[in-house]
Amino acid sequence: MGIKWNEIFVGGDPLLVGSQIAIVLTVVAIVVGLTYFKKWGWLWREWLTTVDHKKIGIMYILSGVLMFFRGGIDGLLMKAQTARPEMNFLDAQHYNEIFTTHGVIMILFMAMPFLIGLMNVVVPLQIGARDVAFPQLNALSFWLFFSGAMLFNISFVVGGSPDAGWTSYFPLAGKEFSPGIGNNYYAIALQIAGLGTLMTGINFIVTILKMRAPGMTLMKMPMFTWTTLITSIIIVAAFPIFTVALALMTFDRLYGTHFFTLSSGGSDMLWANLFWLWGHPEVYIVILPAFGIFSEVIATFSRKTLFGYTSMVVSIVGIAFLSMIVWVHHFYTMDAGPAVNSFFSITTMLIAVPTGVKIFNWLFTMRKGRIQFTTAMLWALAFVPNFVIGGVTGVMLAMAAADYQYHNTLFLVAHFHYVLIPGVVFAVFAGLYYWWPKMFGFMLNEKLGKYHFWLFVIGFNVTFMPMFFLGLKGAVRRAYTYSAESGFAPLFLVSAIGSIILAIGFAVFCYNIYWSFRYAKRNVSHDPWDARTLEWMTASPVQFYNFAVVPEVKQLDAFWHMKKRGETLTLKESDIKKIHMPSNSGLPFYMAVVFGITGFFLVFEAHIAAAVAAIGIVIGLVIRSFDYNDGYYVSVDEIKRTERTWRNVEGGTENHVG
Amino acid sequence: MSANVNHSLPLEYQTEQNRLNILGFWIFLGAEIVLFATLFAVYGVLGHRYAGGPTPSDIFKLNDVLIETLLLLTSSFTCGLAVFFMRQRDMKKLLIWFIITLLLGAGFLFMEIREFIHYVHEGATMQTSAFLSSFFVLLGTHGAHVTFGIIWAIMLIIQLLQRGLTPMTARKMFIISLYWHFLDVVWIFIFTFVYLKGMVG
Repeated sequence: MGIKWNEIFVGGDPLLVGSQIAIVLTVVAIVVGLTYFKKWGWLWREWLTTVDHKKIGIMYILSGVLMFFRGGIDGLLMKAQTARPEMNFLDAQHYNEIFTTHGVIMILFMAMPFLIGLMNVVVPLQIGARDVAFPQLNALSFWLFFSGAMLFNISFVVGGSPDAGWTSYFPLAGKEFSPGIGNNYYAIALQIAGLGTLMTGINFIVTILKMRAPGMTLMKMPMFTWTTLITSIIIVAAFPIFTVALALMTFDRLYGTHFFTLSSGGSDMLWANLFWLWGHPEVYIVILPAFGIFSEVIATFSRKTLFGYTSMVVSIVGIAFLSMIVWVHHFYTMDAGPAVNSFFSITTMLIAVPTGVKIFNWLFTMRKGRIQFTTAMLWALAFVPNFVIGGVTGVMLAMAAADYQYHNTLFLVAHFHYVLIPGVVFAVFAGLYYWWPKMFGFMLNEKLGKYHFWLFVIGFNVTFMPMFFLGLKGAVRRAYTYSAESGFAPLFLVSAIGSIILAIGFAVFCYNIYWSFRYAKRNVSHDPWDARTLEWMTASPVQFYNFAVVPEVKQLDAFWHMKKRGETLTLKESDIKKIHMPSNSGLPFYMAVVFGITGFFLVFEAHIAAAVAAIGIVIGLVIRSFDYNDGYYVSVDEIKRTERTWRNVEGGTENHVG
Repeated sequence: MSANVNHSLPLEYQTEQNRLNILGFWIFLGAEIVLFATLFAVYGVLGHRYAGGPTPSDIFKLNDVLIETLLLLTSSFTCGLAVFFMRQRDMKKLLIWFIITLLLGAGFLFMEIREFIHYVHEGATMQTSAFLSSFFVLLGTHGAHVTFGIIWAIMLIIQLLQRGLTPMTARKMFIISLYWHFLDVVWIFIFTFVYLKGMVG
């Protein structure tokens, strides 16, 4: 319907041509490199077909880094365009596309994979499990996410990006006002990625409920595991709503139905409600695991048990419940009426209560603790004041009457960046510095880490603090330029300079990964931080079967108390039994490919081709149904050999702290 | 994980992996409830927006719908019988009742497709009005689930014939029965809130 086939390959703009060339060169370089170093078999065996939760986690994190880069470039382009008044660096359409993809990518393809990646690596280890409950489903989750992410990312060179904002409000996002295919990418790529996320949620609920080490009752679980459990429950409760919303959007755009249209009885507000019924819980899906990471990091580096453990658990459950009943605060001004607005104002402000409880718990955990200023801890320390700024401005926005002043201004944009960057990005960095040795067997460089930290935190504040004031002065969001007379220019310029500092901070992080990969010492201990939870009990990097013998848990911070009792490295070889492990499978990767192809045809409204490609999906399901591969056993001898290698060198390793 | 078979439990619960799969499927059904609840909510909002097109009482043929309902409800009962005979380790009766279940499901689908074709011939398509868009997508999602269930069940019958009753095939049988009963429950809501309410309202 109305596709201009001659405009499919977006060209003309030097920025786009440049990125097209860069994409082609990168693909060629990867293919040539893999062939030259004969790494295709390695790639297939070790990564593409793996069902190991640790490797899947690493692939998620790698995707997160890549997407951070892409989303960050989008952000920099916006900042460059608004650095001076009436700039012509980007035109209005291009700017629309960039703020849309920036939002979608940062939330769904950066924050989500970073956090799900850490969940994958850490949670089975924290509860003393061999893997997640459904290892192959876990691989499918990752590959569907990756397929959706790639489909979304090719949009800017093939066919045009979505341009109706990450919220894609109707009627703008409908066929009448967005006739191109850009918004088809939104509807279909997010659908594919969302399926993967839903399966992750189911997988982690079952894993955490059923696969904990003996003795680990719910109230003895590490806090990150708790937050993962609650996050997974929110995923299962909220993602199906998004599935439906996106499906209805697809029907409206591809098949001419009238769900969200202005004509024939459709309701554009229905989209806004459905979107935020998922979208607000989604915010908590990314923030709760981040809270869990901070809880682990702060307890470890304060040398104390987490303060107020029970109230922490109650708070996250409370936040999860409240997250479902606040969605209308995203559109107070869109005709909800005073009674409805009042209700949602109150529920929104209520969220500050459990969140405040958590903040005080973290502070009391630090009180009288022997705090070690590692990079991971610095992120946690910076999180507290920055996040409080985000939270307090959130309460300002929660007041419906006042919101009529702030809404749709840069004040709002500054608010949610102050929540999401300290809340999620700082947490991800803290988690990466903290768990990096567990994943790779070497540490990230602490000195570079501190440069990374200071540049990033200062850059973040210089970028977003001015936007509060711009917003209060009346600068609206999503406007591609402003006049010189508005008086906005100085603050916009400060903000743009801040974004460069922010970007340099991220570049230092990438350099740190490179540097540490090349030069960092490989003889780190299995427990370099003198930490408290079970994941530090086993080797770094973790052997594929996780634990030679599943540990028995007696109290919270189980590993810490085992160390106190001096029973950590004693392994009776007679206790070792053969271990059952799942086999690798190429099916998840195959499913990602067929889902990607089907999605691509649907984006271009090539229905017959899409139907043919969808047969590939059915074939994949049938193959899975007939697959009775029950995994294999690791022999006792192999376990003994593996365990001796790392337990023997233990004396010669270094603890980083303490 | 084939180790640790606990023979005191029903066949489908005997291994740890089976217990995990069954719990996982229950949680998946929880997600399905949210999915259908959202579709019902959409129908609740749009179901009376006829945009000058046909209304429920103009097009619904309650006789056909009643037959569909009877077919599907009966199939849920026969599916229960199939699982009952699975627990008795009676492969023959299990297969007979399971195949009857599928035939009833196929009959339901046939009636439903016929009903849809009838509506389309009357000029009531999903492009006509918001009411019909939400009607066809709600009903279509349910129908697609039934179709998927039938294909899945045929795969399972082949596996039962190939492998007999083992903890693994029993688990698959049990899970598909949960799925089938769930679709039946959804249909009860469709029958009540779409058809009956549509005819009364």
